[in-house]
Amino acid sequence: MIDLMLAWLTDPANWTGSDGVPVRTLEHVVYSLVTLAVACAIAVPAGLWIGHTGRGTFIVAGIANGLRALPTLGLLVLFVLIIAPLIGNDLAFVIPSLVALVVLGVPPVLSGTYAGIQNVDPAARDAAYGVGMSGRQVLWRVELPCALPLMFSGLRSATLQIIATATIAAYVSLGGLGRYIIDGQATHDFPQMLAGAVLVAVLALLADLLIAGVQRITVSRGLTGRYRRTAADPPSAGPVAGGAGSEGDRVLDPV
Amino acid sequence: MKRTRLAVVAGLVGAALTLAGCGGSDALAPDTSSAPPADAGTIVVGSANFPENVVLAEIYAQALQGKGLNVQTRLNIGSRETYIPSLEDGSISVIPEYTGVLLQYFDKNATAVDPEGVYTALKAALPEGLSVLDMSSAEDKDAVVVTKETAEKDHLTTIADLAPYASQMVLGGPPEWKTRETGVPGLKKVYGLNFKSFKPLDVAGPLTVQALKSGIVQAANLFTTQSAIAENDFVVLQDPKNLFAAQNVVPLIRTDKVDDTVTSTLNAVSAALDTEQLADLVKQAEVDKTDPATIAKNWLASKNLG
Repeated sequence: MIDLMLAWLTDPANWTGSDGVPVRTLEHVVYSLVTLAVACAIAVPAGLWIGHTGRGTFIVAGIANGLRALPTLGLLVLFVLIIAPLIGNDLAFVIPSLVALVVLGVPPVLSGTYAGIQNVDPAARDAAYGVGMSGRQVLWRVELPCALPLMFSGLRSATLQIIATATIAAYVSLGGLGRYIIDGQATHDFPQMLAGAVLVAVLALLADLLIAGVQRITVSRGLTGRYRRTAADPPSAGPVAGGAGSEGDRVLDPV
Repeated sequence: MKRTRLAVVAGLVGAALTLAGCGGSDALAPDTSSAPPADAGTIVVGSANFPENVVLAEIYAQALQGKGLNVQTRLNIGSRETYIPSLEDGSISVIPEYTGVLLQYFDKNATAVDPEGVYTALKAALPEGLSVLDMSSAEDKDAVVVTKETAEKDHLTTIADLAPYASQMVLGGPPEWKTRETGVPGLKKVYGLNFKSFKPLDVAGPLTVQALKSGIVQAANLFTTQSAIAENDFVVLQDPKNLFAAQNVVPLIRTDKVDDTVTSTLNAVSAALDTEQLADLVKQAEVDKTDPATIAKNWLASKNLG
């Protein structure tokens, strides 16, 4: 089976045309990016607000976690059956797919964001108010940067889930790498199915690596404890290099 | 290969279950003939486990009963792999079947596609002890379906009529239709149809029905007797070139149960039934949730066969 899959993956015929791997991958990336953008546009502001004000944590967290339990495929078919009579074109498949994936992507980003804000060291927050910052300034200059590690962890979790689940778009006739999985299953072409699954996994890992890279650049070194080692700054002086980068409450160590 | 081994295991388990099921029910049901010749007068009508087949079995049973025969029913037995052995061991005497799939069951390499050819090949392929009576013109098979509006606007009655319009139409069907011979390639080869595009949906399920209904696709693959067709006023296009192998309804019966009364009764049923009526019977069972026995009774009465 593995060698048949490798044969499928290395067959040039599978890498060209509208059904080729590059086109399907691009479709998959587009679906995932659009979904992720919409999910972040909803979840980040909501998360910042909840985290900063402390209001609505119980309700929103409850709803967000409840959403996680919804079966995405069932949601997708339900939306299609509801929307199709209203819109008689391809959007009747596109919109439900995006909605179903957004529902999947919102909870991790939302929880990451508000938990990140809420877990900011109270001392840092107090200090910020103490030097006369307004609530808005505290949020943008102190809480948000300090919350970034947890926010990124939510984003990465959402990205992985969305990329893995965007395969369901193929169930309602759309493209993406899910096409190989759905078509492979329908025609009992299991090598094709397996190849599709492997491509999705590779794409998900690449995306995760990419975001990890962005995270490395954007998150303050003071939070992650990654210090450049210079002659004036011997290794033993700073915290351990290459920390996990997801602990949001680490405070600045003196350099 | 692993799959083969799995299939063998599944087959063995299935066979064991079948045997266990037959043994158990024979022991527990004193009314039923444990050995076929024991009460040769009784005819046991069986059915597969889907509504259309159950209704057909009820029709057979009530028609035979109407002729004064001693009839029992064993409905919802399961799949072909289960009920053919029951037929062979005499637990059931007759069951409504479909020519094309039945032929495939007994002869994997069968190539006949037209109703007569399939029927002839089927008769030759049947094992000793099993017979088929006359087939009905009623068929439950793959079909290309359009909405009533489309059919009226473009004067469509057969798949061939689609030729001038196909290039502006989107076809919907199960994903396997994209490559399967009895799908997009076959429509192109046999009828010369080049659809604007093909939309992979589900196997004649809610997505396909909804896509056709809302105009996302203009033609779709459904099954000829599916209740969604009657429900939505869809039009089944005829298949004059037999792209889809014939699936005529036919009584599959133990040869030792065949006599003049049985033959003439079931042949009369088959002659009276057609695809449109069968679709309506299925709709009564699936949509209106009418009891299959009542559906059968009403239909037989309407045909003066009860």
